[in-house]
Amino acid sequence: MPSLKELRGRIGSVKQTQKITSAMKLVAASKLKRAQEQAEASRPFSLKMSAMLANLAAGVRDLPGAPPLLAGSGKEETHLIVVATSDRGLCGGFNSSIVRAVRRRIAELLDAGKTVKIICIGRKGRDMLRREHGKLIIEFIDGVAGKRRMEYADAAMVAQKILDLYAAGEFDVCSIIFNRFKSAVTQIVTLQQIVPVEPPAAAEDAAATTAAASADGGAIYEFEPDEERILSELLPRNLAVQIFGALVENAASEQGARMAAMDNATRNAGEMIRKLTLSYNRQRQAQITKELIEIISGAEAAVG
Amino acid sequence: MAEASTDKLAFELVSPERVLASVQADMVVVPGEEGDFGVLVEHAPLLSLLRPGVISIYQGQQVDQRIFVEGGFAEVNPKGLIVLAEAAAPMTELNLDEARQQLKDAEEDLGDAKDPSEPERERLERAIVVARARIEALEFQG
Repeated sequence: MPSLKELRGRIGSVKQTQKITSAMKLVAASKLKRAQEQAEASRPFSLKMSAMLANLAAGVRDLPGAPPLLAGSGKEETHLIVVATSDRGLCGGFNSSIVRAVRRRIAELLDAGKTVKIICIGRKGRDMLRREHGKLIIEFIDGVAGKRRMEYADAAMVAQKILDLYAAGEFDVCSIIFNRFKSAVTQIVTLQQIVPVEPPAAAEDAAATTAAASADGGAIYEFEPDEERILSELLPRNLAVQIFGALVENAASEQGARMAAMDNATRNAGEMIRKLTLSYNRQRQAQITKELIEIISGAEAAVG
Repeated sequence: MAEASTDKLAFELVSPERVLASVQADMVVVPGEEGDFGVLVEHAPLLSLLRPGVISIYQGQQVDQRIFVEGGFAEVNPKGLIVLAEAAAPMTELNLDEARQQLKDAEEDLGDAKDPSEPERERLERAIVVARARIEALEFQG
């Protein structure tokens, strides 16, 4: 049984910890709000770009001269995985769930006899993957994940690196793994293929509307200068936009996960304080009783 | 999107980070890759590349707003005109001296770059084109 003094010390230290975790929770909550706003603000651009791409891609994909970003390199040998994590910890299962998904994916690909390369965005993912898959990591991009506000220029820079690698024939398929923000407490680990471009989900709708429109009497697009030029400009940008979207979602998820984790920690600390205080009071009571008994029995002995 | 009234064009300017403008206009003139073109309501559907230049938004016969874009894409569909631009700024926020400085910097960067890789060179040349267009737009405005 720890002494009263020790108990007092522990209660004090748990209280301090609780103060820290609850402050972190508040900070995460306000950052979450900002990140969420940014995620929402960036959505129209990517939606409209996907719609545009869908309009264009439908006609060009199967042509022999289709750009490789759209049609693929014709092989599926080398897979590039972009791992988006955070720079900081203390955010519950945020990073480890991404890394778990990455490990599973790597194992699958290696079993199937493919080659795997990894680009890490965010320090945590690199730290966790380095031990096991250190040889596979070809690039670590620092200073992007930890920013207060995601910048499009960063995403464009990452996209450029990927494009250069693709042009050099370093990989055939590229996907990005990140946490999609669903709500402050739920994040969904998402694997999204970005090269070659997956047919956007909106493609069918768009194709349907185009078909319907042309049936209506020809709302078919004119292209200036021509479809291929536009497509060749649009595809690299689309890559940057997709990466930007993933990073923004990830940033919001990180804050959400941290908020939930810190909320839990604060609650656990409260519980611990309660238990410690209980045993502190019990012990104090026991000691008082003991002292009283000693005094009384001493007095009785003197009288008798 | 706002409810399209019958005689006005719904115009949206979107950057990756946010929606920069969403207005009802009488006409919007867009710097297309192959020349400026004006878009009125019920324009035929069109997809065009943009060159660096100025988007002018007309209300009535007057230019209401002028916005500089560093290139992008324009889509005209039955709902209106959408411009996707990676970087854009209202003309009122640009300044001729700064623009000249940017051009100078860009030219120096290209001059200094020893043996730049192909994408690197393209990037620098593009920066020069953008800077020239910015100066031209500002000088034209006077």
